[in-house]
Amino acid sequence: MQPHSSNTRKLVTGFVLALALTLIAFAAVWTLAFPVELTFGIIAISALFQVAVHLHYFLGIDSKTPVENILAMAFAGVLIFLMVGGSLWIMFDLYERMMM
Amino acid sequence: MLGRLGFDSLPFYSPVAFGGASVTVLGGLAVFVLVTYFGKWRYFWEEWLTSLDHKRIGIMYIVLALIMLVRGFVDALMMRAQQAIALNNNGYLAPEHFDQVFSSHGTIMIFFMAMPFLTGLVNIVVPQQIGARDVAFPFMNSISLWLTAAGAALVMVSLVIGKFSTAGWTGYPPYSGALYSPGVGVDYWVWAVLISGIGSTMTGINFIVTIIKCRTPSMRLMQMPLFTWTILCTSALMAFAFPALTVVTAMLALDRVLEFHFFTNALGGNMMNYVNLFWIWGHPEVYILILPAFGVYSEVTATFSQKRLFGYKSLVYATAAITILSFSVWLHHFFTMGSGPNVNAVFGMATMIIAVPTGVKIFDWVFTMYKGRIIFHPSMLFTIGFLITFVIGGVSGVLLAIPPADFLMHNSTFLVAHFHNVLIPGAVFGYFAGFQYWFPKAVGFKLNKKWGVRSFWFWIIGFYVAFMPLYALGFLGMTRRMERYELAEWQPYLMVAALGALFVLMGIICQGMQLYVSIRDRDREQNMDVTGDPYNGRTLEWQTSSPPAEYNFAKIPEVRELDAFWDMKQRGVAYAPQAPYEDIHLPRNTGIGVFLGGLGFLLGFAVTWYIWWLVALCFIGILTCLIVRASQDHTFEIIPAAEIEAHETARFKALAEHKQAPGDFWS
Amino acid sequence: MNSYRPTTSRSPGPTEETLDVRDFGFWLYLMTDAVIFSLLFATYVVMFQNTATGPLPVEVFDIKHVFAETMFLLVSSVTFGFASLACVREHKGQAIIWLIVTIIFGLGFISLEVAEFVGMINSGAAPQTSGFLTAFFSLVGTHGAHVSLGMIGITVMIFQILIKGLTSPVKSRLHRLGMFWHFLDIVWIGIFSIVYMPAWLI
Repeated sequence: MQPHSSNTRKLVTGFVLALALTLIAFAAVWTLAFPVELTFGIIAISALFQVAVHLHYFLGIDSKTPVENILAMAFAGVLIFLMVGGSLWIMFDLYERMMM
Repeated sequence: MLGRLGFDSLPFYSPVAFGGASVTVLGGLAVFVLVTYFGKWRYFWEEWLTSLDHKRIGIMYIVLALIMLVRGFVDALMMRAQQAIALNNNGYLAPEHFDQVFSSHGTIMIFFMAMPFLTGLVNIVVPQQIGARDVAFPFMNSISLWLTAAGAALVMVSLVIGKFSTAGWTGYPPYSGALYSPGVGVDYWVWAVLISGIGSTMTGINFIVTIIKCRTPSMRLMQMPLFTWTILCTSALMAFAFPALTVVTAMLALDRVLEFHFFTNALGGNMMNYVNLFWIWGHPEVYILILPAFGVYSEVTATFSQKRLFGYKSLVYATAAITILSFSVWLHHFFTMGSGPNVNAVFGMATMIIAVPTGVKIFDWVFTMYKGRIIFHPSMLFTIGFLITFVIGGVSGVLLAIPPADFLMHNSTFLVAHFHNVLIPGAVFGYFAGFQYWFPKAVGFKLNKKWGVRSFWFWIIGFYVAFMPLYALGFLGMTRRMERYELAEWQPYLMVAALGALFVLMGIICQGMQLYVSIRDRDREQNMDVTGDPYNGRTLEWQTSSPPAEYNFAKIPEVRELDAFWDMKQRGVAYAPQAPYEDIHLPRNTGIGVFLGGLGFLLGFAVTWYIWWLVALCFIGILTCLIVRASQDHTFEIIPAAEIEAHETARFKALAEHKQAPGDFWS
Repeated sequence: MNSYRPTTSRSPGPTEETLDVRDFGFWLYLMTDAVIFSLLFATYVVMFQNTATGPLPVEVFDIKHVFAETMFLLVSSVTFGFASLACVREHKGQAIIWLIVTIIFGLGFISLEVAEFVGMINSGAAPQTSGFLTAFFSLVGTHGAHVSLGMIGITVMIFQILIKGLTSPVKSRLHRLGMFWHFLDIVWIGIFSIVYMPAWLI
């Protein structure tokens, strides 16, 4: 959380990268140039990269970020993985068993 | 104008309901009249309600918890009485009323007794244990308190205006949906839980930051007292689990008020997702309730065994392990929902694994007591009672963790016995132990020991007499929440259970007597806690005066070891002169927290009764409060060094004149 | 209670240290908000096939519309970044201008979203129509409510800068508001990737 480390260049770089990743995802969906599975992959990967871009270039997460902030994010990540992953597993297992 | 609200909302339809309403109204009125008669409104407003001092906020939390304990316990007595007599007859409670009673019992005991009780202990103790002068966010602390109070007030108001939920404390749809529960009951429940839950999330964030960032700089993580460790983990659970409750109750509210289809039968709703989301919060909640009690037991065992805590590191790691694992077991609350064998097996195993770190802790406490010179302070009695009783509850839990066994026992009184068997010793006894233990620290005089011992014996005996029959009844096939039954062989067990509830009632009366006698005799010399260290304590909270000065520590203490205060006493620096003193910054009191709580209450009440203009006003009011507060810069006040010096000098003088040495309470 | 309570006259503001503590607290709040959003996402994924008698996702989403919303929000994130930079460089006027630009783009986003919602409801795709639409409106609406709150926050901050100047508490608040704003943009990445895009593929 260091506001002083960010500068115009970093911001513009982040914007260009985020824009590029957004355009890739939208273009893939818009044109349907690839098979559906591949398009899903493109969406997922560009989304993950874009989250990373936003975290680094806009929220200023880098190696100088205090360790407790990183730990809090990692903790939240683990819990979100457990909650969302568990929910989807439980609910879709249920759909399957109810033949829905 | 007033939405659904009308004269028929008042409880003139049933004598029992009218009685409950009268007691509530008269109780409130009595407080109002007394405070007015003694002219104490200004004092309460300036010194208490608007206070941002973590110790006073803590005391207010505990007062709220004790009031709600009595209310929740009255519900329990009513249920036990009904079931004791309702063989082949309707008893004295109408079915719908009985349903309200068990719903409010669970809701109150979890959200408005246990949560405020533990939050109160945390508030009083944690900043002092880590050598801090305050919590990280004193104003947010005040909001948390008043949001919790707002939720409790909503539950209490439901006694007088309208009815409470009949859907149990978990409020499962579709029964709790608008189609099957069209009245205001479930709305009261939803908003009470939602509003107080937001307060708990904030408490969680507050104490994570307090413990991580506001410790005395010399205290390393592995030098923190164990209570502080358990609170760090509890706070993480609160901050990250309560959002799930916020989400699920908000969804239920949307279903009920705006006719959404999250959990309805028709049009693509999925009520199983409610159960899933609810227990994502619900299981971590169990550890939110229990971990602080584990922390109390650790402190109490070490102090009253007069030994260093056995296996400090293993206790820390076990607590951390429980914290993560508690997020991976929630499905065991609904094994019977119909998940596949793989799902049930994974969650069943995870549940059994969580018993391992808990077992480690039990051994650590037993080994701490081993070869110690144990002092049987009431808090130590509660701890020993916990150790024995909790193991039984834990074992019945491991039994329930086996999915095929759960299919037989779920929803029976075996389950009821199980969770009371973990929560009463595992949480409530811990809070009582903490209450007995830290009472002199919070207010400056000691609790009467005799009445404390009596209350312990009534509680523990009452617990066994009330809940062991429920295990047996579960095997006899009795399901929970029955307001009448036809099987004569159940009745003797239910009568014994009712007798147990009466024992517990005696325990609560003894606690009331203990408070009364202790307050009456507070000025006797042997009852004053002059030194601030009545038990020859080990951790930093015993270094402050009792009650502590507003700033806790005139000088931030320097920590060299685990059991920092013990170490200071060994080195002879515990009461070393601390001059020169410096100015101290502390937050200035503010009433905005009280306003936010009041607005939260009004908001919940207005949505419950469909008074939409009031809802809009509340939103505007809340936003205004937040903007006003967010625009204030000068929120601190300075205590000048000269005043601190005067106060500390007086304290050291009193210490020197005092005949007793620290920790001679027992000689 | 004979607790000691001193009388005081001066009332200082927060120190740099307390501001640092606030940043960490706010970061934790964002993490808890992330939990709220992830559960809404999970619910959406669980329910998006429950269209009942209502329309399918692909029938109610418009890719151009979503693309425009995405651009508005992304640009507003960058303009907030410029406001933060101006703030660090003590350029009061620039900071205010960039904040106003951010609000304009935020308003653009919200009006597009409101237009989308109103259009859907008028065409018979209301949140009361099906489980899918309930989950959709709740997730996207919660994000929209956050963005609206953020814009109220930006307005408050513009006035604070005008009245108080770029004092350290004001800067610190603006910094946290920026974290909030960037966080909402990250949530939006999830929304277009998980809610909108799969609808056109399935």
